[in-house]
Amino acid sequence: MNSFTYARAADVIDAVQQGTRVHAKYLGGGTNLVDLMRETLEQPSALVDVSGLSSDITEREDGSLLIGAAARNTAVAEHRAVRTRYPLLARAILAGASGQIRNMATVGGNLLQRTRCTYFYDNDGSRCNKRTPGQGCDAIQGFNRIHAILGASPSCVATHPSDMCVALAALDALVHVTGLDGSRTIAVVDLHRLPGDHPEIETNLRPGELITAVELPALPFAQRSVYRKVRDRASYAFALISVAAALDLDHGIVKDVRLALGGVAHKPWRALKLEASLKGQPATTQSFLAAVEEELADATPLPHNKFKVELAKRTVVAVLAELAGDIS
Amino acid sequence: MSININGSPTNLPSDTRVSLLDLLRDHLNLSGTKKGCNQGACGACTVLVDGERILSCLALAVQYEGRSVTTVEGLSTNGLLHPLQQAFIDHDGFQCGYCTPGQLCSAVGMLREVRRGLPSNVTNDLEGESITLTRDELCERMSGNLCRCGAYNGIVYAITEFAETTK
Repeated sequence: MNSFTYARAADVIDAVQQGTRVHAKYLGGGTNLVDLMRETLEQPSALVDVSGLSSDITEREDGSLLIGAAARNTAVAEHRAVRTRYPLLARAILAGASGQIRNMATVGGNLLQRTRCTYFYDNDGSRCNKRTPGQGCDAIQGFNRIHAILGASPSCVATHPSDMCVALAALDALVHVTGLDGSRTIAVVDLHRLPGDHPEIETNLRPGELITAVELPALPFAQRSVYRKVRDRASYAFALISVAAALDLDHGIVKDVRLALGGVAHKPWRALKLEASLKGQPATTQSFLAAVEEELADATPLPHNKFKVELAKRTVVAVLAELAGDIS
Repeated sequence: MSININGSPTNLPSDTRVSLLDLLRDHLNLSGTKKGCNQGACGACTVLVDGERILSCLALAVQYEGRSVTTVEGLSTNGLLHPLQQAFIDHDGFQCGYCTPGQLCSAVGMLREVRRGLPSNVTNDLEGESITLTRDELCERMSGNLCRCGAYNGIVYAITEFAETTK
């Protein structure tokens, strides 16, 4: 690990002033960043600890919920309003990592965690365009069982590892950020980028911008929502495929639906084609299957992850069927 | 800059790179806490900070200035084993013992989480007020602590017995 200075941010302005300096990084719980620093994949010269900034979870008059970026993952999953109004988010968080890591990890850090592509981590042995832009990607011809099936590029086939972000994508969450030029909000689905020619640029944050909060808009039908994660072991593993979904039915007809996929792309994958296709359709397995097939029509699996296309279809259909209740 | 370790105020190292785990083991000779993977995958380094379980390998010591850390050495009192330690002995909750300090600290923190009603990935009713510590709940909540000897049955029995005696 390289040497670095460490300072706790007194407030958001102080954090941004410190964080805008060259080679500074914001530090939340450290569960990803400390590991990346130990592997020398991250080499900041200054850490600005923002874990003492707002961790408040506030129910607002317009029905939205504002979650301070320093809220620990455990605190979000435990919060009454999250459990009752946005169960898919509580479920997604509880499906991720371990109890110890959820106690440490912050919401802001979860949003900005980096891929667990093994070639990205293999500093000495593999080529990776994220690590060294222009070097090439050894995952494409390598063991790519865990890699992307949607939105990938010849430069990068890595996936985003977060469970929480999949639920946030389904909920149309907004990310509040502050930089030296002021504050703005970014839709969470626009926070992360597809790899394109620049997989080393993972978000649309401007240099030095700090995530201060995540806002969940009111979404009454999210009270009936599910997060299902399929993985190689029953607990404490990253997703092969995950599905976050909420379904609003009116006499057996899909009035509204929100669905996002994890484990399939460089970012949480909001299934807009599926949603558009399902609205107004009867809530049957046939319409669920037709909609997910439309969503996955552009899937381009790699030699070792063809199974993910079928697994994604089956998981989506199973989740929607569960939300719809007993249907044939 | 000070941190409280098992009730004793301790100076933090000047080198910001020192992890909480290395502070414990290499600076303070508290070698009960174990370094397994050193990357957050095994749970052997689990300690309690203000009663909450965390992984000391993924923690920089400086992040925990002013906080109170309890390691496996801090679980016993006046030389008497913590009842959970005794339960691990009674139920053969280990073979080589390397994961045991992390299992013990993790279980103590886990049971606090259960008592306050924190749901888990296998909790059916997210809106429930209390948690029943079934075997499924216990295994899910302890899944961040690996035991390469496979002493899981003994670990589950030990934690279950301790949880029942301290209800």
